[in-house]
Formats: sequence, C-alpha cells, structure tokens
Amino acid sequence: MARFPIGQVRGRLDDATTPVGASCEVVVRRREGAYWLLTMAAPEIARRAQPGQFVSIAVESRGALLRRPFSIAKVTRRGAVAGTIDVIFDDHGPGTNWLTRVQLHDTLDVIGPLGRGFPLPQRKVACLLVGGGYGVAPLFFLARALSDSGLRVDMLVGAATADRIHDAIETKSLSVSATFTTEDGSYGHQGRVTDVLDEAIERAGAGVVYACGPNAMLRAVSERCAQRGIPVQISLEERMACGTGVCFTCVVPMRGRDGEVVHRRSCIDGPVVNGAHVAWERTRFGVPSGTVAVADESHGGHPADPQDDFLDADETKLDAGQDATDNSAAVDGPAALPPMIPESPRATRRGVLGKFGPSATPKPDSTLDSDRRDHPDAGDPRRDR
Amino acid sequence: MIDDPVADTATLQPSEVSLATSLASLQLSNPVLSASGCFASGAEINRFYDVGELGAIVVKSMTLAPRQGLPTPRMAETPSGMLNAIGLQNPGVDEWIEHDLQWLRRHGATVVASIAGSSVEEFREVARRLKPHDGIHALEVNLSCPNVEHRGLVFACSTDESARVIAAVRRETTLPLLAKLTSDVTEIVSIARSVVDAGADGLTLINTLLGMAIDPVSGQPELFNQYGGLSGPAIRPVAVRNVHQVHQALPNVPILGCGGVATVEDIVQFLRAGASAVSVGTATFADPFIGQRLVDDLRRWMARYGHRRLTDLIGRVTPFGHGG
Repeated sequence: MARFPIGQVRGRLDDATTPVGASCEVVVRRREGAYWLLTMAAPEIARRAQPGQFVSIAVESRGALLRRPFSIAKVTRRGAVAGTIDVIFDDHGPGTNWLTRVQLHDTLDVIGPLGRGFPLPQRKVACLLVGGGYGVAPLFFLARALSDSGLRVDMLVGAATADRIHDAIETKSLSVSATFTTEDGSYGHQGRVTDVLDEAIERAGAGVVYACGPNAMLRAVSERCAQRGIPVQISLEERMACGTGVCFTCVVPMRGRDGEVVHRRSCIDGPVVNGAHVAWERTRFGVPSGTVAVADESHGGHPADPQDDFLDADETKLDAGQDATDNSAAVDGPAALPPMIPESPRATRRGVLGKFGPSATPKPDSTLDSDRRDHPDAGDPRRDR
Repeated sequence: MIDDPVADTATLQPSEVSLATSLASLQLSNPVLSASGCFASGAEINRFYDVGELGAIVVKSMTLAPRQGLPTPRMAETPSGMLNAIGLQNPGVDEWIEHDLQWLRRHGATVVASIAGSSVEEFREVARRLKPHDGIHALEVNLSCPNVEHRGLVFACSTDESARVIAAVRRETTLPLLAKLTSDVTEIVSIARSVVDAGADGLTLINTLLGMAIDPVSGQPELFNQYGGLSGPAIRPVAVRNVHQVHQALPNVPILGCGGVATVEDIVQFLRAGASAVSVGTATFADPFIGQRLVDDLRRWMARYGHRRLTDLIGRVTPFGHGG
C-alpha cells in the first residue's frame, strides 16, 4: 500500500463530517496489562471524532490486505498532546501482532473517524456503561463526554482475568461507581458482568445503558435491558473488510418497527446500534441464559420501545434507514468541535504535535447527500486478525 | 523501456498524456473504474473524494427484488486476498433507480449498472426497468457471482445459459452491454464467444474465484456460506491470463479487466494483456482513496515511460527476442 508522508492528510478537509486518511506518528506505545495502547498524532481525526466511532489502521503483516478497525478510546483536543487519539487492543492475530511491534515515532496509515457513535442523552439521565475486556475502550471516550455534559456515569467492567481489566484507576476516576468482575475472581466480583448487571442498574439508577464487549455479552446485556425497559446502545463487532460501507461484510440483522429484519452495515449504520433491535436469534452470537426478551418473528416486531427518544440519534434514524429521503431533521449534524489549541508550549516542541491545520468548519451532513442519510460509521471490530 | 516499441523516446509531461479510452461505445475519460460490489452505491466513497473523477462507477449488482443476502460471517482474509460471500444484498432495482441513480446523476458520474438475477427472466426484467432512465451509460451483466444460492450451475459456467441471459438483456437495452465472466470454467474463450454472439458488446474479466477457508481449531468454515469468492492480488495473475487469452481469441471485443488491481503497474499489465480499462475492487477496501490515486499515478507513470496515449498500450505484449 502506498503510504503518504508523515502528517499528510487526505480527504475533504473542508468538511468536518467526513472521515479522512492520515499518516499518523505514534507518540505513545505502551503495554497495559494484557493489552496494548497506542497514542497517535491525528489532529484531523481527533477534531472530528465522536464517542463510539472507530479508526481503521493499515497493517503490514505478511499477506494482509485489510485494515484493522479499532474503537477510539480517547481523543485529546487540548494540552500538550492535543490532536492525538488513543486505541487499545489485544495481540490476538497477525495484524494486531504487527501493531505491537510498531515503534515510537513510526507512522501509521489511519482512516477515520468512521461509523455511527453513541447517541448522547438530550436530557438529564443516569448512564451505566458496561464493558467487557478491551471493549471498554470506547466507553472511556464516552464517559468523558457524558461527564462533561453533567450526566451521572457508572461503570461495570468485566474480563476473564485481572490483567484484562483495562485501567481500573481511570475507570474509577471517570465514574460515580465502578464495579468490576473477573471470571477467575482475581479482581472484583467473581463471575461475569451479567451476574451483577441488575445491581449495577439499581445502584446507578440507570436511565440508559451503553455497552461494548464480546458479542455474547452484548446480547445478554441487550436482552436484560430490553426486559427491564431500559434503552440500550451497544457497539457491536462483526468481521469487517472495508470499514467504509462498501463491502457489505459486517452486517447485523436489525428488526424494524414492522418486524422486518434487515441487514445493516455495522461500519456505517453502526457500530453503535440499539441492542434491543438486534435480531439476535439470527446471529451466531452466544445464547445467554435467561429469557429472550427480544421478540421473535412471530411477534411481528420488536418489543415496545423503552422510552428512548431522548437519545439524540436514535432509532428514528436507523429505522428510516439509509434510503430515507426526508429525515434530515432527525440526523444530528456533528456538533461544532472545539479547536485544538496547545495549552503548553511543550506541544510545539514536538514536530507533529505542533502542527495544526486550520479549524475545520462543520457543516450539515453534506457527505452522503440529501437523500442518502447513511450513517457513516461502524462498530468496535475486535477480531482475531 | 528503450526496447518497448510503443514508447516514445522522450519522456513526457503528465499533462501531455491522454488517459481516454472506451469500452465499445462507452467513452471513458480514464480507464480506472470501480468494480461491482466493491463500491456500494458511490456515496460512501464520495465522502473521501469526488467519485466523478473515476472513469466510471460500476455499481453493486442489483436484482429485481430487494435482497438481504447471507448471514455472517461473510468475509475471511486470506494471503494477499480475501473471501467473501455476501449473497447479493441489494435494495432492488426500483429502489436503486429512485435513490442511488439520482445521486449518481447529480454527481455527474459515468454509471455502469450491474444487473444480476437467478433466472433469465429476472435479468431481463431488471434491464427492462432500467431502460427508461437517463444517467445509465452501460450495463454489466453479472453472470458469474458464485455466492448466490441457485439450484444448479452458475450462469457463467454454461455457454448456453450465459448466451440466453445476454440475448434476453440485449432485447431490452441499446446501451453498451458487458458480460462479466468467471474464470471457474474449463475454457473461458468459448463462454466469451457465446456471449458475444448473443449480443454482448464487451466482457468484464474476471469475477472472483470460488474458494474456501476452514478454522483449523473449531473446524467451522470461515464463511457462513462455506464457499466464497476469492479476490485481491492473489487472483491477479489468473485475471491477467484470462484477459490475454480472450483478447488473443477475440481481439475486437473490448475487455474490462478486473482482479486484484491495486497499483498503476497492475493497470498497465491488464492493458497490455488486452484490457481497455480496469475495475478496482478489493483495493478500495484497503484504501478508500485508491481510485483517485490510481488515476494520478497512471498519468505520471505514462509520462515517465513516454506513453502519450493509453490506448497505444492495449494488447501490447512484447515478445522475447530470442528463439527465432
């Protein structure tokens, strides 16, 4: 793959609603427990990113053609490392293994931000964030955004073992209460997040649940929330080739109001979707114990919706679908993004970190045009490659 | 390059190079097209650059009724390639006309509508519904998609069935008509001949090759559909061979080369083998900017090697000088 020079950015730089391609310098590379953390200088991506969106990174492992998708775990728009993004990943395939061997100051070829992020509440409501393994990555970004909006955030994080609980300290600092579970009991409660989900919902007084993690966990969380009538937004993972909406490999079966199941691209209609509307029985994702709350086809539709119209970018968009012609009002134009201004002179000492393009002017979605309100975006692709 | 009989002696400026080419009566400003099924509707990639810059957009195959396609997993990465089994997910021809075509028209794209079906009648009906609409510049008939569940053979594996589809579509359109063939046949030239005799104006060579991958630990196929289409640089030599073989047999039939195009050198290989233009497929998955970049790179490559007109390269394979 042709690589462009460090710091180069391609794309529609005058349109902040579009993803860009950027050559990004690695400024932090760190082992964190069982996972890896990379911080990249990506001012144009940082400027545009919303919680729940992802980036796709070109890898150079032998014979690998395709980019690897990663949720954005953090964006830094101010201070010494303004214009950077963080990703967290597990070394579990040739592509991610190649990424663990990237060195400081190497450049990575990154496309982003991609996908539909988490819809944020438009009224005051307590939020419970449920993460599994490195699925907590986008929840850190989300937790900051929710806290900045003055909302209560509680977190429930589970993993197989203690070293797979990513950054417990940060988790605690971002939340009113943080609950941890490990399957071997090496940290927090022994068991899974679903074992303590009800308690966590009660403690938080949660009016909405956001989740990201293994698909079996997302299914269990979604079905429990649907039973309880709590809106649930999840960041899904499905095998993805392009991340930009053109390959149709990453689809998720979603049930519309009429009960019809349609395949939505998790890269552009997701990765964040309404967990209560996923037709889980049509997926290969683990069958959880307990009652299935999501209607099967004989019910002729998804269950009565929890009152979730306070979420700013919710199902009205998804159900109207990519072909809707008149739902422009329902589409949240990205909020104006803060300019990235280095607070510290240190920022300008480092070449790449000191470079900031002109502030992009967000405009109403001109990306996909008036009658094609596709939701460019995708889920949290965390697969073994 | 000095030995190359088609190269001018002097190096040119990129502005002196003509990338114009054609596929039958379809005139193209440059030979870089999207490949069907690898560019969705056009709007997705238009977020990255103006897709009107491409020679043409070959859209995702459309069928008569909407199709949801196959369950996942639909994709598996393989060495220098990937397998896919999508099952022709598409909104159906009527929806495509109402939305996608209007979008493409507004963006000034040269549009090649790819049509698919599970019966001769379905192909014919899709072509019939496209007929009254402006903004479609050519049809590509997807005879060879191996993913769709279809009792019996894929159309493109039979000379008679391929010819029946092309003849039926030919009766419904006056647009340039391309038949997209698979290499998964005993002898592609006879299939090519049959579709040309049935009325095809040109050929798209080749579709994906049928493949399979199995998870060694779980024992499960990597794809829900078990088998899927192999694409990417892994198939490029097969595609170049097919183009060359058919061009040798049918030198007057224009060919849209397709299969693993990722670099300007790949494009030139296809042109020399006998293609008049190329479709870029899997490379778009790895790099959404690839189409735009290839147009630029091609102009520079031709200038560097002293080729003034792209069409001069078509079918120009230089023989070895010895052995005579």
